Amino acid sequence: MPVVLETVALEKHFGGIAAVAGVSLSIEKGARHALIGPNGAGKTTVINLLTGVLRPTAGRILLEGEDITSLDAYKRVQRGLARTFQINQLFLDLTPLETVGLAISERLGSGAQWWRLVGSNPHVVEEIVEILGRFHLTDVMHERTGNLPYGKQRLLEIALAIACRPRVLLLDEPAAGVPEDERHEILATVAALPADVTVLLIEHDMDIVFSFADRISVLVNGALFVDGPPAEVARDPRVKAVYLGESLDA
Amino acid sequence: MLTILFDGIAYGMLLFVLACGLSVTLGLMNFVNLAHGAFAMAGGYITLVLVNRAGLPFFAGLAVAFVVTAFIGALFERTLYVHVYGKSPLDQVLFTIGLVFMAVAAVDYVMGSQQVFIQIPSALQGRFEIFGVGVGRYRLLIIAVCGILTLALQLILSSSRFGSRLRASVDDARVARGLGINVNAVFSLTFAVGSGLAGLGGALGAEILGLDPTFPLKYMVYFLIVVTVGGTSSITGPFAASLLIGIADVAGKYYVPKFGAFVIYTIMIIVLILRPQGLFARAAGK
Amino acid sequence: MPPALVGKVAHRLATRARWRLLEYAFWLAALASFFLLPNRHLILTEIAWLALFALSLDLILGYAGIISLGHAAFFGLGSYLAALLAKHGIVNEPVLALVLSGLCAAVLGFATSFLVLRGSDLTRLMVTLGVALIMREIANQIPDITGGADGLQGVVIAPILGLFQFDIFGHVAYAYCLIVLFILFLLARRVVYSPFGLSLRAVKGNPLRAASIGISVNARLVTIYTFAAFYAGIAGALLAQTTAFASLDVFSFERSADLLLVLIIGGTGYLYGGLIGAVIFKLMQDWIANLTPQYWQFWIGLVLVLIVLIGRDRIALRTGGVRLLAERITRRFAPAAAPVAVPPGEGS
Repeated sequence: MPVVLETVALEKHFGGIAAVAGVSLSIEKGARHALIGPNGAGKTTVINLLTGVLRPTAGRILLEGEDITSLDAYKRVQRGLARTFQINQLFLDLTPLETVGLAISERLGSGAQWWRLVGSNPHVVEEIVEILGRFHLTDVMHERTGNLPYGKQRLLEIALAIACRPRVLLLDEPAAGVPEDERHEILATVAALPADVTVLLIEHDMDIVFSFADRISVLVNGALFVDGPPAEVARDPRVKAVYLGESLDA
Repeated sequence: MLTILFDGIAYGMLLFVLACGLSVTLGLMNFVNLAHGAFAMAGGYITLVLVNRAGLPFFAGLAVAFVVTAFIGALFERTLYVHVYGKSPLDQVLFTIGLVFMAVAAVDYVMGSQQVFIQIPSALQGRFEIFGVGVGRYRLLIIAVCGILTLALQLILSSSRFGSRLRASVDDARVARGLGINVNAVFSLTFAVGSGLAGLGGALGAEILGLDPTFPLKYMVYFLIVVTVGGTSSITGPFAASLLIGIADVAGKYYVPKFGAFVIYTIMIIVLILRPQGLFARAAGK
Repeated sequence: MPPALVGKVAHRLATRARWRLLEYAFWLAALASFFLLPNRHLILTEIAWLALFALSLDLILGYAGIISLGHAAFFGLGSYLAALLAKHGIVNEPVLALVLSGLCAAVLGFATSFLVLRGSDLTRLMVTLGVALIMREIANQIPDITGGADGLQGVVIAPILGLFQFDIFGHVAYAYCLIVLFILFLLARRVVYSPFGLSLRAVKGNPLRAASIGISVNARLVTIYTFAAFYAGIAGALLAQTTAFASLDVFSFERSADLLLVLIIGGTGYLYGGLIGAVIFKLMQDWIANLTPQYWQFWIGLVLVLIVLIGRDRIALRTGGVRLLAERITRRFAPAAAPVAVPPGEGS
């Protein structure tokens, strides 16, 4: 399988501390790739570098072979790289309907149109309805996002990334904060993604990771520690040490 | 040439005494106090009344100006400002602009709208020459007073218990609270002293800045520039910024009178764009 | 997916932009004021251009979240340009001069918009304030052109479209300002209810996420800032044309600060805030000025302080309640109007 997203010796320093130290990661097309590691290992920083929220101190990022290291965040989205956030980042004053509509119009290049009224494009409306239905948001689509229960907000968080119709999707702990019995709803939507969409998942819950991923990278102290298929990673004594060590500390 | 430098330094040091309180309130509580100049004006008018009408000695007038303005500052802080800390910058701006408007109109009502002058002792008037440099006696006094105040402030901040609490609070109010520092009390006291210093500066500076009811509006920009250029993480930043702006302003007005005012506005905008944290601020850790 | 639902959603989206009964009432009242209050046309003229100016600020503050303490920069530029165009006979026809002045203000807005892209609210406050101060200083330093501190005198405004001469009672002036306000309001309304307008609210609400769904945050901010500067320039030009005068105080800090008050009184983010605020502000100013001509600024200051202490949210909640009530009444009494998606006069 061809590599779709790649980092080359990626570094990010905050002050004197290296949060990400020389990470070279290759993600294959259609992969279900998980990025795991103890708290503070730099997982979210990697996502922020990949999506352009942060600029790397050194190293390169390649999306489908093209260097996007210094590309603005919104342009990366237009090239098919979308993400969700570990902590919900939503437009609290808008409704789910408007929120999803925004992402779709933006993808279709009509987001900057000022002469048409919102909702006048039937294709956009159809797609909004489809996505809201898929994420069980139809019943609350006219409500203010800020008033929705957390579980619904979490679904919208993911729906919004899907609405960008990404070729590469970065999921930062999609089930974070969601009660056990509501998780399956979110995980099912993730599992139902088309096979050609590449997914990079950050997750703490090892059950989720091992049931979902076909490849796992372990990040420790900002550096890539182990990288391989799940079975291999599970057997690796060093990984066990890291995780056992962490759970002993906690 | 050296005379201009001298005048610029005097002006700059005066600006520092006027603005340092603002810098601390901004750094400590993230509070935008556009009404800071109103305290300076209060100090000026208090001294004016005491010296010109009641015949108090000039220096006693300055001292009273400091104490009374500090008291007014503390009073306002406890009764009014305290309600506004948690609000958005827009609210803070609206609130303090409101205070400025009220202060301007109130002083106009009580004292009249004309420009006024505080009678300064004759010993402080005129200028003399040292090595060919014209030195205004009053400006020399300003430099002396402000210099002593600056040193005293620096000393208090760097070596007293209160100073270390203040620095901790400015660095990170949350952590400071966690360490058991009563940040609100630190802030109240700082606000009072900052207001008092502004009052003192207003009284001291009436001679060269002029004093009329529009004072807080006229000099608001200067204070803001000092704070923006100097940053809010220390007092050395605002001090350096004050000197820079004082000298630039005096020199600008002298050499290129047509563009004098542009110089400092332009400095402000450029600094804001290039170094939003302030020209002399440490590189932020975040 | 159920096609019925698609139709319903499309209809629901279309009704977002539908004209509410209260909106008709507002503009009917404005029209009526022209015929019913002929001897109040002078102050009504002032209300009209102030409303446009406040609408301009609402576009950036209420919809895009950009705080400005220097919106007078664009107002002032439009004002001086309109006065200069007329005085030197460069463009005599007022409507053309109005548009030209607005466009020049928009150019200034575009050029300075890059300064407000970065930084915190505080940085934006100071940068915008700085820009307005620099504009004022420029006007002050070229008295040959601007008349300096004395203001630009000897301006004669030609008849509008060559037909309607300004009169001393302000009849023509009010009609002119009201029409300009209405047209630009319609345009602003269109923009606000467009995908672009929606994306502005997203940018205001969460710029990080906005960029993460592909919105070019900076481009949107530059666009709306430029657009708002155009409106402010037009408002300033209206002032200059209706008074045949321009002076340094068009750039003053007080003007920018008063403008914030106007908008805050009326509320941000629903387009009518600036308009209602302008009415209340001018009436209040007029009333206070009659009581204590010299010290009205004190009372303006007091209003600002009280608004903040009571809390803008709490005040907005109350007016929001009024709005909700009004919408309910609208729905009950105008069921026939419901399917009308494109309001008359929107000119699309």
